[in-house]
This record gives sequence, structure tokens and C-alpha cells, in this order.
Amino acid sequence: MSKGAWRVELELSSERSDPVGDAAKAALEHRGLKLESPVRSARAYLLPGELSRQQVEEASARLFADPVTETARILAPDQVPEQGGSMVVIRRLTGVADPEGQSASRALRLLGVELGPDQSVESYRTFRVDGPVDTAALVEASSRALANPVIETVEPGTAAQVLHPAPAARPSERVEVPLLDADEDRLAEVSAAMSLALSVEEMKAIQGHYREAGREPTDVELETLAQTWSEHCKHKTLTGPVKLTVRDEAGAVLAEREYQNLLKQTVFEATQRLSPDWCWSVFEDNAGVVAMTEDIGIAIKVETHNHPSALDPYGGAGTGIGGVIRDILGTGLGARPFAGTDVFCVGTSDMSGEEIPPGTMHPDRILDGVIAGVRDYGNRMGIPTVSGTVIRHPGYVANPLVYAGCVGEIPRDCVEKAARPGDAIVSIGGRTGRDGIHGATFSSEALHEESETVDAAAVQIGDPITEKKVLDVMMVARDRRLYSATTDCGAGGFSSAVGEMGEDCGAEVELSTAPLKYPGLSYWEIWISEAQERMVFSVPPESLDEFLELCGDYEVEATVLGNFTDTGRLVLRWHGEVVGDMPMDFLHGGVPQPLRQAELVERALPETAWPADADPGALLLEALAHPSVASKEWVVRQYDHEVQGGTVVKPYQGPGGRGPGDGTVVKPRLELDAGVAIGCGIAPRIAELDAWAGAACAIDEAVRNVVAAGGNPHRVALLDNFCWGDCRKPDRFGTMVAAAEACRDMALAYGAPFVSGKDSLNNEYRVGGEERPIPPTLLCTAIAPMADTARATTTPLKRAGDLLVLVGRTCAGAGGASVASDLLDLGDSQPPRPEPEHAPAVFDAVHQCIEDGLAAACHDLCEGGLAVAAAEMVFGSDGLGARLDAAKVPAEAGAPLLGRLYAETPTRFLLEVPPDHLADLEACFRTLPWAVVGEVLGRPELEWLEQGDPVARLAADDLARANGAR
Amino acid sequence: MMKPRVLQLFAAGVNCDRELSFAFEQAGASLEQIHIRELMRKPERIRECDLFSVPGGFTYGDDLGAGTILGTEIECFLGEELRAHHDRGGAVFGVCNGFQALVKCGLLPGLEGIRASLTWNQTHRFECRWVRLRVEAGLAGVLPEGSLLPAAAAHAEGRLVLGSPAEDLARLEQEGLIAFRYADAAGDTTAAFPACPNGSDGSIAGLVSASGRVIGLMPHPERNLGPGTLPDRGAGAWGDGSEGLAFFRGMLAPYLEGSPA
Repeated sequence: MSKGAWRVELELSSERSDPVGDAAKAALEHRGLKLESPVRSARAYLLPGELSRQQVEEASARLFADPVTETARILAPDQVPEQGGSMVVIRRLTGVADPEGQSASRALRLLGVELGPDQSVESYRTFRVDGPVDTAALVEASSRALANPVIETVEPGTAAQVLHPAPAARPSERVEVPLLDADEDRLAEVSAAMSLALSVEEMKAIQGHYREAGREPTDVELETLAQTWSEHCKHKTLTGPVKLTVRDEAGAVLAEREYQNLLKQTVFEATQRLSPDWCWSVFEDNAGVVAMTEDIGIAIKVETHNHPSALDPYGGAGTGIGGVIRDILGTGLGARPFAGTDVFCVGTSDMSGEEIPPGTMHPDRILDGVIAGVRDYGNRMGIPTVSGTVIRHPGYVANPLVYAGCVGEIPRDCVEKAARPGDAIVSIGGRTGRDGIHGATFSSEALHEESETVDAAAVQIGDPITEKKVLDVMMVARDRRLYSATTDCGAGGFSSAVGEMGEDCGAEVELSTAPLKYPGLSYWEIWISEAQERMVFSVPPESLDEFLELCGDYEVEATVLGNFTDTGRLVLRWHGEVVGDMPMDFLHGGVPQPLRQAELVERALPETAWPADADPGALLLEALAHPSVASKEWVVRQYDHEVQGGTVVKPYQGPGGRGPGDGTVVKPRLELDAGVAIGCGIAPRIAELDAWAGAACAIDEAVRNVVAAGGNPHRVALLDNFCWGDCRKPDRFGTMVAAAEACRDMALAYGAPFVSGKDSLNNEYRVGGEERPIPPTLLCTAIAPMADTARATTTPLKRAGDLLVLVGRTCAGAGGASVASDLLDLGDSQPPRPEPEHAPAVFDAVHQCIEDGLAAACHDLCEGGLAVAAAEMVFGSDGLGARLDAAKVPAEAGAPLLGRLYAETPTRFLLEVPPDHLADLEACFRTLPWAVVGEVLGRPELEWLEQGDPVARLAADDLARANGAR
Repeated sequence: MMKPRVLQLFAAGVNCDRELSFAFEQAGASLEQIHIRELMRKPERIRECDLFSVPGGFTYGDDLGAGTILGTEIECFLGEELRAHHDRGGAVFGVCNGFQALVKCGLLPGLEGIRASLTWNQTHRFECRWVRLRVEAGLAGVLPEGSLLPAAAAHAEGRLVLGSPAEDLARLEQEGLIAFRYADAAGDTTAAFPACPNGSDGSIAGLVSASGRVIGLMPHPERNLGPGTLPDRGAGAWGDGSEGLAFFRGMLAPYLEGSPA
């Protein structure tokens, strides 16, 4: 029986304002709780009841309470606070990680207070209404407004608080699962009962294997197969055979295509056909690696962490960042992370009531949570989050997407790795707990109404400082060459990490050696737990002592789990007894691949009918405020996007820092001139109309971003991240096949190979019998090295009198899915499509122009088209303006004014060019579609003309205000 | 020629060490970084340096309040050696989380009777934005008083709060312990967001000890080592990119060979 605990609760002194309390009050009132009095928040700690009052008071004064701002409320075990009835206590559920509590335990030691092995400190929060309130109503409203029931409990302040006891132990002796005589129904039952997410065909393949072996499988063997064969780890759908049927809207078959391995024959194939010598590692490691200089490579990876973020946006996004950082650490012998990217797709702000399915949070709350999660993890890791965007679309209401990317630098001679028989298997970093059990299989299933209650174990809280320590010690160990290979513990935990590293040789693991957060885990839980912040190394025997000692110096726990062998088998022991023994080739090659059907409908869409009577100026203010265009500066400012000191081109630019940029440019080594340009593209609205066009536009946008910032178009490497609905359904899979084909077509046309990728399928939500997929969403990330980052360009205008040059033809008729067509309610019409045969020449010319120093500013045209791009260049500048004539825009004959201004045709750039560079520019652009469309003004306003006649005039500050920029 | 020697503290969560090392080295120092575990075992290592540097980051995750645990560690294990180092004429520098730790352990402002702390920004969130720092009288030995040092603020708990703001400010001013204040584009001190990103009492961005040798500030001058990383990339609204290095050179100047020690 646990004893009562001391409560130390720290409120800001009453004369100080309490923004957290004020926000809590607003959230409670939003939930219908009317409050007359202010709400005061407190951060709080539970301490073991065995401590003396003197110890607790000293700890409070020296460690917990701020000496100037806070007042401590210290409550002895079982003492009830005076205003307990008007207060709620919010605590984590048993087993949810609490890094701050661990820090507090550690800090107590500095004061000479040693805690026993079963004693701990736990951090929590309280909210107190500073006046009368109904306790039950407060608890009820707080449960929904202030806490996340997936990971937290809410109790009245009067409830006695005890520290959580250790979670219950599971029996742990060798368990066999009888499968040999099971029929199909029984196989399906076993898969469901064990949460394996294996299909009947897969269970039959496993049954066949064990029939041959002449014995029943053990539980841990089935768990290992389920992890390794999960969609999350194996990407069965994208790497399996598929038959695509393309039909018109009437159902007539237009084309049929078959692929034995969709990814291999599209995305990989393009890379193989291009196979440039600057690609050092593609699709084989945790990240792709391309050359930055002759001896420094760039490792880049983008991951998704969608399902966990739906349940707990903060923890899900944070652990998503943590996971992709470990991918970079686990590339080759380890790359050093120097930049992060993130893209979020969530529902729209205005959704309410029945539009938000049961068990789902409001999109704004999800967005706030994921931003905070990225912020708190990325900032603590010291990795600048430099690139990203936020997409708002009702289709993401129940399935928010969280893409997290990381870029690292790696010496060329660290790219190759191989575990060798005889090497020790060493795990370092966080301890293993019951957190994240079945994360890989969970993420491969669709969400449903009960997800909120049943999947709590799949949700985790990150501990960035543990990961930072792992990064610190790894870089030292790598440079001393103390290990022969490494990989991260991601989905599937040890099972995937050890399984992958030992795939070509074999491995033997004693599971009882793994350090645990608390006792009582069964061996299979240890094996598949996805506890965060762990890396696995293969360490040659002669380096083992030094490796372990170095980890000790950095306060990183390191444990030998076993060793790599030459048997080709994976052998698992539990206190010596063999509980699993499987051949690597069945584990990695045994998954059956059925032929899947894919269906695609080609829509015949009309040209965009731009109205003649809309006011282009009023429309511009609306476009700047549209969720796709509105400033994301408020997000970016929460990320330390400048840490490490190498952020050359920032996400928000110009003297006031309010001009949105295209690509960002980062220097990983301060002593070198070289760096990389990073960009991304995403176009789900276009993909809803035409999946090929949506994917192609996303790719074009990513390439545009890096070219606009100064990246070399001949050195662009791409990443694909597919987030789709349930691709077992042919209509969902059809758009996926079209997107994969677009990746192949564009990569080949642009000479830009894909070097890494990831997919997240089953982004569907089942509610009341209806199945709702997300829009088909391909995120394309682009990176290109720059020899000299001093040549990088930014978007804000620089000098009055300069010319504004538009390059790239505008296709006004293809304005479908554009911001303006949304605002004007034009309905579905032809979406924009890149022209792969013409685009590379435009990229080349723009790059040449930047390299030759002809462009003072450069902005690619994207959401909101030319109108928005010009506005952004104006309000990003230091008091300058622009006058442009729409009639000069290169477009089809008779293209309407709004189409010229607002169509979102890809592969277009608006450049600022000093007049004396015009002749050089002409030599650069020659026969391309381009024109001088305007000039830079010395006053802060944007003026639009049509054949010389003014059609709109707007002040720069009004443009900025509409955009939400400060 | 002997270069000024900088010993730089490293601990779990330090993450601005690379750029700070680079800045000190560019300014002419020889720099060694040491993990706090090792330094706690051998605090006498501090005697080998001219300047003891505490970089930015999130030591111990900012748990219990930014700089609290690191400050307590410095106080418990390094306090004696650091005071002796200072008495011998040595310098101590803390930036961002390093400044938070120096304030939490009492080295800054280091004036009897003044309670000071760094707490949550008035916006109650992390703010990453460039700011202008006006050099105050207390730092006149390092940079010209009234000059501007552009620097990148990147913190959540950077608001300097004083126990009795009015009296304490007067004393800090009187004793010359204010190093930097936030200023607007015209160079005038301001308390207005976003030029002052956190709402500090007296718009204070950095403090200096009475000796002039313990210096700490929230924003990062080590991110301003040339025009390339300025918000306008050297166009002029944010200086020319030389001010950051001038600050580090100024701190090291007393320790250059031939300087009057």
C-alpha cells in the first residue's frame, strides 16, 4: 500500500498575472463552465511521504519555487488544501513518462536527500478557481478542457494523493501459441486477440512455416513477425504487386497498368536510372545520404507520426521529432542533426459540433498541441526547425498528419556500416517500459471511436534530454570508431533494431539484461516495446570497455543485450531459456504479397471560369488571410530556428522578419561557406481533383523552393512521404499509384532522384459505419547543396527602381483548387499541372540568374499566385512597394485578369532585377516565357495595373495585417 | 603567443556550445570544453582558464525552471573554485541558459539584498527573434556605451524579474550592474514587444558584476558572427555583422598577452 505524499504546489504570487490560468479559464468557459473569479495555475510536485517537513521546505525553497515570482503551498501527506473544493489536480496516468519528476529526484540528491529504490518524485499540475465553484462541474469541465484523458486523470483538490505504485507484473514464462491445427477463423482470432494486425493470409504463411518446423510458435516469435511484417515497417502495400485500372467518369476503361512492386518500379526506378554519383546512400539506410562537399554528406529523412498525434498531439509530435532525429543518428555510423522540418495537416478552425467526430479533439487544439510538442522537443535538442507549413482542410479532422523531418551532416567515411559476428549488441539511452507496445501494428490500423480509450499504451511522452545525451556521446564514440554499426529503436523497438542489424548474420539476445523503467515486464514486452530515446550499437569486443566507459561519462545508460552471430538465426533468451528461435530469411522475406486492385477515375474538368466583376484588391486581402496563405510566423517564432548559428536564409525574412521565404538555407559547419537549401511541397487540394497533378505540383513546389533560395537544380534530392487512406480499398490505392507514377515522371524529368521516403496508410476514420479517408497527401521534401551560402536569395524587395521580372507561363484556365477559386466559390475546375518538358529550363535559368548575382530578390509563385507573391515581397521589405501590370504576365491569349493574378500554375518565379542587369538577364532567359511585369517603388504600397490602368492599390501594412504578420 | 584560455562548461542539454566555441575561437581564444561530471570531480581545472564560459541550451530539460538544476550544481560543486577564479582576476560568461544558471546560483547580479530571477516571457511562450541590445554603462569596458549589439533572442524564460523592482533597478543602475537593455531600431531602450521579447524589469537583457568580470545575457551574440546570418543579411538595419565578434574580443581583451592583467 502506497503512503500519502507531500504536495508542493507553486502558484505565481497573487499580484502577478497568470497567462496559464487565464487560458485555463477561457478553455473552461468554452466548455460551458461559467466562472466569476480568476483561475490560478500551479506547477506541482509530489514527494515521498517519508521525507521530513524540513527536507520538503528546503527542496521547495531551493529547487522548486522561483524566488521572485512564486509562492509555495506545501501540504503534508493527507492534508487537504483550504480551497481544495475549488481546485483540480491533474496527474499523469500510471506508466506515462515523467522526465521532470525524474529531474526533480535527481536534483534532491544535490541537497543530500537520497530517495530509496521505490521512492520517486512526480510532477503534476493544479488549477484553482479563486472563488466559489461547483466541484463536480469543475472536475468535469477540466477533464475535457484542460487534461488529455488518454494520459491524464483529473481529481478535485481535496482527493488524497499517493505516488503511483509500479505497474503490475505480467507472468513471464515461455508461452507457446497453438497455431498448427488452427482454421482460418481461429487464425484471425489469434491475430486480433494479440493485436498483431496480421491478415489471415499472413497468419497462414506463419502457420505453414511452423508446420514445417514441426512446432508451435512462441508468443514472442509471433510478436516479432507482427512487428517486422507490419505495414509500418514493411510497407507491404507499396512494395507489393498491384493492378491499376483507369476509367473515365462513365466507367469506361481508359488504361490498365500492372506493377510487381509499385515503389521499386516507380520511385526507386527513377533513382536507379538517374543514379548520380553525388547520391551516397539511397533507400537502404534510415535516411538518404547525398554529398554536400567532397567529404561531407547530408543525411535527410522525413517521418510521419499521425496516429499517436491524433490521441495526444503534444506527446505524439514530440516523439515523432525524437524518432526522426534518431533516424539521422542511426544513418551510417551516425550523422549529426543540424536542421529540422515539420508539416502539419489539421482540420479547419471553424469546424464545430457534429463536424468533429466523437473521440476527436478540435483541430485548433490538435494544432496547438503538435506545435508545442515539436517546439519542446526540437528546441531542447538544439536542432533548428527551419522549414515547414500548416495545411488546414476538413478532411484531416479525425486524422491529423504530423510530418517531422531531420537533416544531418556525416563524414563520407562514416556512411557505410555492418554489424559483425562477435560484436556485442549494446543498447544505450532510455530504459524500456510498457510504453508504445504495439505502436507499429497500431499505426497500421485505422482509428476508430474507441481509439481514445484503448490505445493509451501506444502514446508516449518524449524525453529530449535523454536523446540529447545519446547524440552527444554518439558523436564522440563515432569519431573514435568504437562501434561497427548502429540503428535506432523505432517502431518495433529492439525487435526491429536487432532484427535489421543482424539480418545478414544472425543475433542472440538475453532479454533479461535490458534495463527497465519498472519491474514486471514480460520478455515479449521488452522485445517489442517502443520506449523512446534508445539506440542499438554493434560494438567489437576490443572496444566494448571504452564504449561503456564513455557512455558512463556522459550519464548515458548502456547495456549489453547479447551479440551478433553467424548463424543466420535470431535467438531470444529469457534468463537462459530459449523463448524464440527464428531464421532471419523467413522473418525478413516470408511475408506473402497478394495482388491488389487499384481503381482510378479520370475526371473531365472544365476550365476555370474566373468572374470578370470581382475586385482584385479586396480578393488579395482575403487571399492573404486564407488559411493556406496566412502567416505562420507565430508558429516559427516558437521554434529556435537559429540554434547552432548556421541559419542563413530564415523562414521569415527581411528587416522586420515578416516576409515569408521559400526555401531556407542552413550551414552545418560555421567554418565553411557551403550549406544546403531545404524546401517542401504539398498539394492535397489539387490531388483531390487529380492525384497525378497533386503529386507533381508538390514536387515542383519543393524544387521551386530550393531553387528560389539559391539551390542548384542539378543537385536536388527529393523525399516522398505518402499519407493516404486505407489502400486495401481500390479507389484509395488508385490515387496512390497515380502519385507514385508522378514521382517517377517528375524525378526523371527534373533529374532529381528520390533518396528516401516513408508512407503512412490507413489514415481513415470509422464512425457510425461511414469510412472517411484523408485527402491523398504527398509531402515532397527537397534539399540541394550550395557551394557558397552567401549567394542565397531572399524574398523581400531590396531597392526602389529595380525591375520585377516574372518567368514561367501562367495557365489561367487551370485555376482549380486555387486559393482564389476557393474564396470565389468557383467549384471544381482544371487544376494546375507542371510541364515536365519545359520546367527544367526555367529552373536552370533562374539558378543561373541567382548565381550570377542578377537577382536582388526571388520568390516562387505558389498559393495565391502572382498577387500573393508580390504582396509578400512588398510587406517583407523595409518600406518599399511595387507596381505591376497584369497585362504583361505571360499567359494564354485572352486570359482574364483574375486568372493572371491568382492562378497557381507551377514553375513560376518573380524576381527583382536591377535595371542594369536586364541585358544579362535577357541572355539568361532567352526564349523562355518571361516578362518585365513591374518595378519596385520607394513607398510601401502595392499597385496593380491592367494595361496601364490602375485596378488596385493597397498599403503594405494593410497587406501585412491581412496576412496576420506582426 | 599565448591565447586567452576559455574553459567551456558542457552538461546534459547544453546545445549552443558549437557556435559559442566558434565565436570565442574567432575572437582569438583557445577553448577547451569540459563535461560537468568531470569538472565536479576536478573543480581545480577552473584554475587553468582566463574565462569560464557557460553556453546556452536546456540543461536538464529546463526542469524545475530554466537553469535551476545547473545553477544548483555550480553552486554546490564549483562555487568555491569559481569565486577564487574571479578573485584572481578571471572572468565568467553565461549566455541564455548559462545566464539563467549564473542568476539562479547567485553569481549575477551578485549584490547583497537583491532578489533576481529569470522567469517566463510575458507572452508565456518561447520567442525566437532578433533583437537589438543597447550597451549600458556597466559594460563600457567591453563595448562602447550606447552602441547596439544585434543578437538572436531564443528563450522562453528570459524575463528578468526583481524582488522590489523600483528600488532594485535604482541600485543596479547606481552600481553599474546593467550590461544590456533591449532597444528599438532607433537605439532607444524599450519595454515594448517584440523589440523587448520578454517584458524584463527595466528592459534588462544582460547583467554584469561589480567587478565587470562576470557577464551574462539572454540573447545570443554568438549567432551574429557576420552579415550572412543577420535578418536582412547585412543590408544595414541590423548592423554589419561585426558587433558580435567585437563583443567577444572585448571580453577577451584583458587576457591578451601584454594586456595589463
